[in-house]
Amino acid sequence: MAARRRERLLVIGHGMAAARLVDALDRLDPGAFAVTIVGAEPVPAYNRVLLSALLAGEASHDDIALRDVAWHEARGMSLIMGDPVVAVDASHRTARLASGLAIGFDRCVFATGSEPVRLPLPGMDLPGVMTFRDLADVAAMERAAAEGQRVAVIGGGLLGIEAAHGLARRGAKVTLVHVMDRLMERQLDAGAARVLKRELERKGVAVALGRQSIAVTGTDRATGLAFADGGSLSADVVVAAVGIRPNAALAKDAGLAVARGILIDDAMQASLPGFHAIGECAEHRGVAYGLVEPAYAQADALARRLCGGEGRFEGLVLATNLKVSGVPVFSAGAIEGDADAEIVTLDDRAGGVYRKLVIKAGKLIGCVLVGEAEDSLWYLDLIRRAVDIGPVRGELVHGRAYCGALETPAPEAAAALQVAA
Amino acid sequence: MPTAAAAPVKTTCPYCGVGCGVAATPDGQGGALIAGDTSHPANHGKLCVKGASLGETLSLEGRLLHPMIHGQRASWNQAAGFVANGLRRVIDRHGPDAVAFYLSGQLLTEDYYVANKFAKGFLGVRHVDTNSRLCMASSVAGHRRAFGSDTVPNTYEDLDEADLIVLVGSNAAWCHPVLFQRMQAARERRGTKIVNIDPRRTATSEGADLQLSIRPGMDSVLFSWLLSEIAARGAVDEAFVANHTEGLAEALERARAIAPDIVTAATKTGLSQEDIAAFVDLFIDRQRVVTCYSQGVNQSAQGTEKVGAILNCHLATGRIGRPGCGPLSLTGQPNAMGGREVGGLANMLAAHMNYTPAEIDRVRRFWNAPRMAEAEGLKAVQMFEAIERGEIKALWVMHTNPAVTLPRADAMRAALRKLDLFVVSEAVTRTDTTAAGAHVLLPAAAWGEKDGIVTNSERRISRQRAFLAMPGEARPDWEHVQLVAQRMGFGEAFAYPDAASIFREHAALSAFENEGARSFDIGAMAGLDAVAYDTLQPVHWPWRAGEAPRPRLFAEGGFTTPGGRARLVAIAEPELAEAVSDEYPLLLNTGRMRDQWHSMTRTGKARTLARHAAEPTLSLHPEDASRLGIAAGGYARIASRHGEATLRAVTDEGTPRGAAFAPFHWNDATSGLARVDAMTQPHTDRFSGQPELKATPVRVTPIAMACEGLMLSRRPIEMPSWLAHSRLTVPGGEAVLFASPHAPQKVHALLLNLLGSEHRRAALSDPAAEAFRLAVFEEDRLSMALFTARERSAAMFDWLIDAFGRDSLDTAEQRAVLAGRPPAGGADLGPLICACFGVRRGVITEAIRAGAADVEAVGAAVKAGSNCGSCRPEIRRVINDERHKPAHTAAA
Repeated sequence: MAARRRERLLVIGHGMAAARLVDALDRLDPGAFAVTIVGAEPVPAYNRVLLSALLAGEASHDDIALRDVAWHEARGMSLIMGDPVVAVDASHRTARLASGLAIGFDRCVFATGSEPVRLPLPGMDLPGVMTFRDLADVAAMERAAAEGQRVAVIGGGLLGIEAAHGLARRGAKVTLVHVMDRLMERQLDAGAARVLKRELERKGVAVALGRQSIAVTGTDRATGLAFADGGSLSADVVVAAVGIRPNAALAKDAGLAVARGILIDDAMQASLPGFHAIGECAEHRGVAYGLVEPAYAQADALARRLCGGEGRFEGLVLATNLKVSGVPVFSAGAIEGDADAEIVTLDDRAGGVYRKLVIKAGKLIGCVLVGEAEDSLWYLDLIRRAVDIGPVRGELVHGRAYCGALETPAPEAAAALQVAA
Repeated sequence: MPTAAAAPVKTTCPYCGVGCGVAATPDGQGGALIAGDTSHPANHGKLCVKGASLGETLSLEGRLLHPMIHGQRASWNQAAGFVANGLRRVIDRHGPDAVAFYLSGQLLTEDYYVANKFAKGFLGVRHVDTNSRLCMASSVAGHRRAFGSDTVPNTYEDLDEADLIVLVGSNAAWCHPVLFQRMQAARERRGTKIVNIDPRRTATSEGADLQLSIRPGMDSVLFSWLLSEIAARGAVDEAFVANHTEGLAEALERARAIAPDIVTAATKTGLSQEDIAAFVDLFIDRQRVVTCYSQGVNQSAQGTEKVGAILNCHLATGRIGRPGCGPLSLTGQPNAMGGREVGGLANMLAAHMNYTPAEIDRVRRFWNAPRMAEAEGLKAVQMFEAIERGEIKALWVMHTNPAVTLPRADAMRAALRKLDLFVVSEAVTRTDTTAAGAHVLLPAAAWGEKDGIVTNSERRISRQRAFLAMPGEARPDWEHVQLVAQRMGFGEAFAYPDAASIFREHAALSAFENEGARSFDIGAMAGLDAVAYDTLQPVHWPWRAGEAPRPRLFAEGGFTTPGGRARLVAIAEPELAEAVSDEYPLLLNTGRMRDQWHSMTRTGKARTLARHAAEPTLSLHPEDASRLGIAAGGYARIASRHGEATLRAVTDEGTPRGAAFAPFHWNDATSGLARVDAMTQPHTDRFSGQPELKATPVRVTPIAMACEGLMLSRRPIEMPSWLAHSRLTVPGGEAVLFASPHAPQKVHALLLNLLGSEHRRAALSDPAAEAFRLAVFEEDRLSMALFTARERSAAMFDWLIDAFGRDSLDTAEQRAVLAGRPPAGGADLGPLICACFGVRRGVITEAIRAGAADVEAVGAAVKAGSNCGSCRPEIRRVINDERHKPAHTAAA
């Protein structure tokens, strides 16, 4: 009796979502698929969350490693690195790589991640301007931001803050430039943002708020930034960290439906049969996530589904976790609330703690934590499960230890809450 | 200065009239260890909680340490000159009747003597009265009317030997605790029966065999019925009455008119016939009867009549001055008796002498006085009313707080601003009286610093001795007078080198041309030398030269009336000065709490004493509270025709229906909106001048408080006068409980402005729940807190006060301050390492010690690092740290 031919599964992209997927497949049904993974970077997938720690010198290359080449070889998986897929023929189920290699598949998972948004400013292509996205960027930044160099980081979001902090740890003189009047305005309320700003300043990062960059100055290489208000900033290096967008062009060219990202349903099914997307390249219910947690959840669900089980992803309340040298910052759900929302704040900024809860109709719908974030997952669970917090409403802001009456198991499917790859 | 090794100094307690002996052992740092003096016959070593807590009251916090003129520090020279010039100017322009002295039962006898002599003999001022007017005056008047002099016939030892003790208008369990325990001991030991006559059922009732909850003001009806029954049942001591008394027939006739039969007696008193009969049987059948009476009798517009009604029964039965037999007025102040001996009262001249021409002349000669007062002066209430009318223009207040304790206290306080010269001799800087526009403040030595003589309720003279140095420029009150007298040219008459020389003169005056006419004679002590004065043992007066002291008096007559006979009196029909009305339907009774004393200038400092009653309350019968719509723990506004207060209401089955009870201790220095005597009426007893402080018609209405809270601070913080609040001393500082009809957010914001601090502030804000909390930390110590919410939580406040009292708080405890609860959930496990699974460092350390050798093993054991992996570097560091620790951790 002839062996059943194994389905050929092509995974495009080798980031954290892809790695999670093949890991889960191997765990659920080892060898069920003939897996080929094609990555653009010349190294196996690594923990992109830790790039900032790597930059800051707080983590080593070993620390950020996930599965190595040998692990894949041992399982008969084909791992192609440094040779990106450049075209997919959906009808013929083949993918062409930059090297010209063509790979046939029965089923294809897009895990192409995202790319940094490049500001449409004059001078953005000058030498000395860089982004913060992958290992190569980290290496470039390490070279450029030697001791004493002046670095301007554009972007007061998570990525920019981590870049600025990492560079400052390396000894660079860093100015973080943000167009809004507070850092991480989408995740943090004003109070938390002030704590974060002060902590950054304490770590040696100058923070310039309300500065809109209009150009990178310099002729041969970047010499600084010009601002809309007429001011300027001298810098030897400019790092643009103003956001990411899904890498969906390849899928779009292949004929998959794409809006911001590759459109998927709750089964991670793209618009054509046999095609899936997970992670930051995907758009689910109108949301293109930029965090690792939903990417992992999607990978886990898809793996279960591919192995014949039930697997659904129904969206996640977004949570952000940031740690600037010992000061955790956590944000989840609604952080401002509307007129009906009740706001509880606990403000001990001088003691390094700030908390804000947003409560509506007896449920926690959002929170911001600075300083002590031990209970962040517990809060997140309350938000996601829409637990009736009535019995402990008055105690909630003081943390889980004060809310014994509220029986909430630690979220078993706990997930990474940091920036996704 | 005394040192830590110093022997205990024997002195007496500065609170009530029991006059307990205290042994104080100074610690050499301004404090002292306090114990009862086992050798003192008043207490045999026992102390109540107030006395036992005296050591907590010795701090210099709040003390007046320097003379002040118009709020500015001045030298003694300047201050004495200012007072001397002011007195001279007022007397020159308006005569001596424009000057008044208001003294205190807390002055020592020497202070009293010098002030009385100065005013009555050298300024010609007759308006010299004392806060004893609010306390003891009716007993004084009753004694004088019946006995011819203000003489208590019996001693405390009679309580040990009585068959029956009748308490009238006395919550002795709270106000004279050591004596009450003595009564209870007699009850245990020899079956002494105790009858408690009081409209309220109090702690005293718990130790009584019969509680008679009499209608307010109707005590004399009961004693009238008793007197008529004494006569009817042949219980009159015919020989004693015949030989030593007069007036029984008239007294009896009036008694029978007041209480013609038991039905009338029962109707008027509100008591059952059975209870009345039981009381009468006890009184007649038990031979040894002591009747103790206190403010419920005295503080009445018919107080003298009530005293008369009681004394009538003792005189008719001859039960006076014999072991276990007699009337015993329980005094409220430590030296009220001493003041009476001196004559520091408007209706006495000096040393139990009155304003007869012969006596005026005698005193003039003794003092060699240039300008004698020639007539009785105005008694306290009328004296302050004369200030209100602008007739009295200069006032010197010594050691008392009339702005708190006078009836119609708000009006009286306002009247003080009219004075041309307003001098206060005080131990503390801030009282309602010093804040009422005093021009000159003179710093007085306080208890523990001053040296002299006091006399307790049983005529026992004791030494109050210094065991602490006088702080700053504080001086004994007598020196205040001396300094002013010297500047007015009377130096020679006031050239006292010490307290002993004053006491010798006082003793000599008591014996001067006495010849047995005045029972107060302590001529035996006129020659005490310094050593004898210092070592004087407690002794009863009279103590005539060449005789022994006489503890008991009048068993064989010897009254000091002109005919030598005691007078039974025909008393007036009992009635309250002011009846309740539709507008003011409840009767307000005022009095003391167990653990506070007077206006709290001393007891308010003791944190032990703050535990019993943290704030002033209004007690109502549950049915009245319910009818008025006032919840227990809710707030009520109490208003009379004269003033109002806002107090927390408590329901109490012991408070009679139609009545309300509030303590008079709290005032604007210790609270807000809680000046209870602002409401009390000014009607006074026509004999004694004592005001009816225990029966003022009031209206009580509920107040809906929108907010309640607690403030804690190291130093007192000035609170807004519109805010209902009370201060209490807590370990490490002061707490203020407050309540307001305004929203918590508004009140919190207003109070935040009062808390200036540069230190770390932590705040909780929950507008929807109306909870606002602030904690200020200096290093790791909680130095301030402000909690404002819809209503208070006692458990929360307990935790805060506990946290406030500690020298340092760990991180979890600091967090717990704003949580208002002790830290939950056991030991601190250190910082969070794995955010994904919420694993703290302590859990990881445990896993490593249990054998997890690398990051994978830790993940397998406790999950840490097995998800996103962000914490793996930290886990590795923890593993390294554990490896490099000394071997003892591995040995486990």
